Formats: sequence, structure tokens, C-alpha cells
Amino acid sequence: MMKSDRILGLVAIVVALAFFASALQIQTSFLADPLGSKPFPIAISVVTLMCGLVMVFRPEPDPEWPSLRTFGALAIALVVLVGYAYSLKPFGFILPTVIASAVLSYQISPRPLPAVLTGLGLGGGLYVIFKYVLKLGLVGWPPTLFG
Amino acid sequence: MDLLSNLSLGFSIALSPETLILAVIGCFVGTIIGALPGLGPANGVAILIPLVFTMKLDATSSLVLLTSVYYGAMYGGRISSILLNIPGDEPALMTTLDGYPMAKQGRAGDALVLSGVASFVGGLLATIGLMLLAPLLARVAYFFGPAEYFALYLLAFCTLGGVASKNQAKAALAAMIGLGISMIGLDNTSGMPRFTGGNMELADGVDFLVAIVGLFAIAEVFFFIESHGKNTAIGVKLDKITIPVRDIINSFWVMIRSSFVGFFAGVLPGAGASLGSFLAYSSEKAFAGKSGEFGEGDPRGVAAPEAGNNAAAGGALVPMLTLGVPGSGTTAVLLALLMTLNITPGPLLFAERPEVVWGLIASLLIANFVLLIMNVPLVKIFVKVLSVPAWVLLPGVTMISFVGIYSLSGSYFDLVLMVAFGAMGYFLRKLDVPTVPIILGILLGNNMEDSLRRAMVISDGEWTYMFSSNISIVLWVAAIGGFVAPLFLRRFIRKPELITD
Repeated sequence: MMKSDRILGLVAIVVALAFFASALQIQTSFLADPLGSKPFPIAISVVTLMCGLVMVFRPEPDPEWPSLRTFGALAIALVVLVGYAYSLKPFGFILPTVIASAVLSYQISPRPLPAVLTGLGLGGGLYVIFKYVLKLGLVGWPPTLFG
Repeated sequence: MDLLSNLSLGFSIALSPETLILAVIGCFVGTIIGALPGLGPANGVAILIPLVFTMKLDATSSLVLLTSVYYGAMYGGRISSILLNIPGDEPALMTTLDGYPMAKQGRAGDALVLSGVASFVGGLLATIGLMLLAPLLARVAYFFGPAEYFALYLLAFCTLGGVASKNQAKAALAAMIGLGISMIGLDNTSGMPRFTGGNMELADGVDFLVAIVGLFAIAEVFFFIESHGKNTAIGVKLDKITIPVRDIINSFWVMIRSSFVGFFAGVLPGAGASLGSFLAYSSEKAFAGKSGEFGEGDPRGVAAPEAGNNAAAGGALVPMLTLGVPGSGTTAVLLALLMTLNITPGPLLFAERPEVVWGLIASLLIANFVLLIMNVPLVKIFVKVLSVPAWVLLPGVTMISFVGIYSLSGSYFDLVLMVAFGAMGYFLRKLDVPTVPIILGILLGNNMEDSLRRAMVISDGEWTYMFSSNISIVLWVAAIGGFVAPLFLRRFIRKPELITD
């Protein structure tokens, strides 16, 4: 089975075509040079297209993909990371960090107590390091909490 | 006597207490980063850049701090290779081949000391080489016009794709992904937006630090979740540390030869430390012939790749500082640092800001001695670092990455983009697509296009101008050769795989 490389090749081809189409749409301005702003991106899309074709026609053996359950864990980690990105401002540093690092820790090694301790330790420890040693302007707690 | 006056300028900066302390801190942190499995020089330096940036150090200090980390990580990488059979980064792979068998024979301490000394020899010789070669190359670089620079960038991508990877199509694809990403944002010449999809956040382009931290640090978390942090327990015991005098004397010439091989592999743009340690190991293996027990714990098999990889680390700084073309993944990250600090590498850097270059070189000379002390008598401290479990380390690294990127721009968009790069890095590495060319593409894309367009302005659109000088012809030939030749040589030269118990 050599599906993975073929899929990657197809994705590369689709992206290359989209990139090509998008390169043709680039607006030109009165500040013109002999080459202009289109040829280089177009060359990139052509080479990408060739790479995609090579991968479709000469694929390598599949890598070992993780089980569906592990993919679930990876998806959870992804959601947690995105959620963490959005919660830093409204909730301050400490709370989201405790939760996110506990979840990540649990995904790596599924034992609840060490995971919770990791979360608490990292949330507190990193806050102290960033705030008082490196003197970054971090906000520790939700800004609305202490008014 | 230019060299001596330059060096004294360098040492006057490097020996100031503040710089000296930064170099020591950098060496210490770097060795830890190198020793930790899952953190190599590239991602270690990458997550530190935003933090150093927010500490508001001046350019020389930041550069000294982070290149010390870089050198330190090159030393530290051997610790996890020898004790855990896990290379902390790709160049350290060769060290596992004989280092781990040696450790299993109960000679872990000897292997650590020997490799520490080999790292020192390689690092010191390469720093001296950097000192001698860089000013010369900087003078040659004055002859480089846009056509030559374009060919040079091409050479970097081709050697990276040809020599340093297994599959040309995938390496080329990676380079194209990077170049494509670098096109996002306002066009330098015309000022018109390209590939932004009308998104204001993208008008500035994709910040290379976001991409680097995502691809190197965040992707690592996904790998550890997949493996559940297995295989990170210490497999062998480390008793007393003694100095294996005989092994060191026996492998003295091995270290010298490997340092030369490594240094020149490092100087090649795009090839880097992995090639350095690989060439050093395989040439010593061939040189020893039947008398060697390479692969079964031959001390020379530990000395060669370590000297080679540290020499390559120094060599890779030569093209990075003089031409602005990094020789390896980590120097690509260091180039990102220079760009963040608004330092333009190239011949002008040597002429106009000698304090930066020579302060850096002097600090690296000092760093090598500091690292020798840290990595031979004090190596036990760093071995303790290996007992930090992955389920604490990786969440910690992730949170530090977030804070670093967040403190750079304060935007959610960059954080989400970083996570996206992490996910992309996971899938691409799963599929054996190297991520270093992506970084190189993002870093060099705009320069590469600019030099092409400038060349066309000079020649008024006449494309033969690209091949009009001897330098550019040589570079084009080397680029095409470097990309194509491995297709034929691959049948004969095979990279060894990681040994398993």
C-alpha cells in the first residue's frame, strides 16, 4: 500500500494549481520591473506540481500511522492548543496553562494525578519565571476577576 | 595582522562580565536542551528567540547567548545518544551507532568523556576555521551580484534536497512549501498584496518565528503523544566518570581528520551538521578497515561523528555570516535570529559591524572551553536532566512556545497559525518530508525573488545574465550536480538506520 504518498502528491497538485490561479490574479502596480510579481510564484507552483506528480507516480511505502484512538488523542491535543491560544487573553495566563498542560501531559502519559500535578506546577512555575525572572508583562489572572 | 586586531576587539567584547555570563548561561542551557530527548538545537534555539527578544538584550548579547546555546546543544546531543540510544537531533544519530553499544558494555562514562573531548576538538578547530575562512569568504562575497545570489540560494536548496535528504521530490516539495509561504504578504517591489486572501493579518507575511516554533517545537508534542513518551527511560547505568586516556590518545588523529571533514561539510550551504557527522563517521569506518569494530562500540566511532558534527556546526556559521545562506537547520534558525535583530548577514556585516562578528567569534572560542568543563567533569549534572519525564517536558516546552510567540505579537492569529504549523509539521514528518527546507524557504524566499528581479532589472530582462559570471556558472553547476548526483550515488551510499535493542 502506498496511499499516503499518493494522497500527499494529490494535495500538492491541488495546492499548486490553486497557487497558480492565485498568482495570475496578483494585481500589478505602476512600479513595474521587467520580471514583475507573478513569474516567481508561478515557477513555485510549477515545481510544486512536478513534485506532486512524482509522488503520485513514484510513491514510497506508507509510514506507520497511529491507531484511530491515538488520532483521537492527537485531535484532542489540537483542540486544546487552539483553545489555549484563544483563552490566554480573557482568562489570564495561569488558569488556561494549568488546564492545557494537564491535558497534554495526560495525553502523553495517561495517569491523572501526575498530569494534574504537572499542570499545577507548570502553570505556577512558568508564571513565576516569566513574570519575575524574565520580567515579561504577563497577566496572571482573568482581568475582570480582581477588577 | 588584521586578524589579531580583530580578535582583540572580539575579546574585549566577549570578556566583558555581562557577555561572559551570557555565554556561560547559553552553554549551560544549550547542553540541557541538547541532552533532552525531543529537544534539539534547532527547536531549542527557536523557542528561545522570542524570549530573548523580549528580554531586550542588544544584538551582540543576544547573538552570543543563542549561539552559545547552539554550540551547547551540539555538545549535549551526545548525552541522550549514548545513554538512551535516542539522538537528540539528526546529526547525533551517528553517535548512537557506537556510543550506545559502548554504554551497554559498561563504558558509558568513557564514551561520554571521549565524545566530550571530541566535541571540543571539533568545535575549537571549526571556530578557528571560521575565524580564518569567514573574512576571506566575506571578501569574495563582494563580487556577488544578484545573479550570483540567486544561484547561491538555489544551491542551498539543491544541496539540502539532494545531499541531505532521502527523496528529492519530497525535499523539493518542502522547499516549495517554504518559498510559497514566503510569497504571502506585500510584494517588496510593487507593494501589492499577494496570496493574502484579503486577510489583514497576512499582509505582513507569515512571521518565520511562528513557522519555526510550530514546525519544530509544537510538532514534537504530537510525536510524543503518538508514542506516549515511551523509550525515554535510561537504558544503561552510569557509574564513575574516569578519563579514558588511551582512547583519547588513540583517537586523536580521528578527531583531527573528522573535524576537517565536518567543517567543510558544514561550510557547504544547505548541507550542514548531519552530513558532517555522517561523512566523518563513514570515512573513519572506511579508514579503519577491518581493524575497527565500528557499530559494536568502537571508541573511534564515537569520536569521529562528535568531532565531525561539532566542526560542522562551526562551519555552518561561515556561509550564514558571510553570505546569509545557512548551512543547516539550526543555522537557519540563527539566521532568523539575525533577521529579527535587524542584522543583515553578508560582507557588509564584517566591514560595518566588526564588533558583532568578532565578539561572536571570541565568545565561541570561550564557549568551547566552558563547554569542555561542563561536559567532561560536570557531565553527571546533565545526565540527571534525562530523568525529566516527557509528560512534564513537552507540555512545558509547548507553554513556553506559546508565551514566546504571544509576547512577540500579542495576536491570537499567530498562535493559531503556530498550532497549524505544528499539525502540518507532524503530518509532513510522518510522510518523510523534511521540514528544514520549509524554514529555509520561508527565510530566503523574498531575498531569492528580489535577487532574481534585481538581476532582471540590471540586464533589462535578458535571462542569460543569470549565467554571465564564472561564479554563477560554478554555483549553477554545483546546484544541479548536488541535486541530481545523489540519485545515482544513493545505490552505493546508504545512511545507517538507528540500531534497536
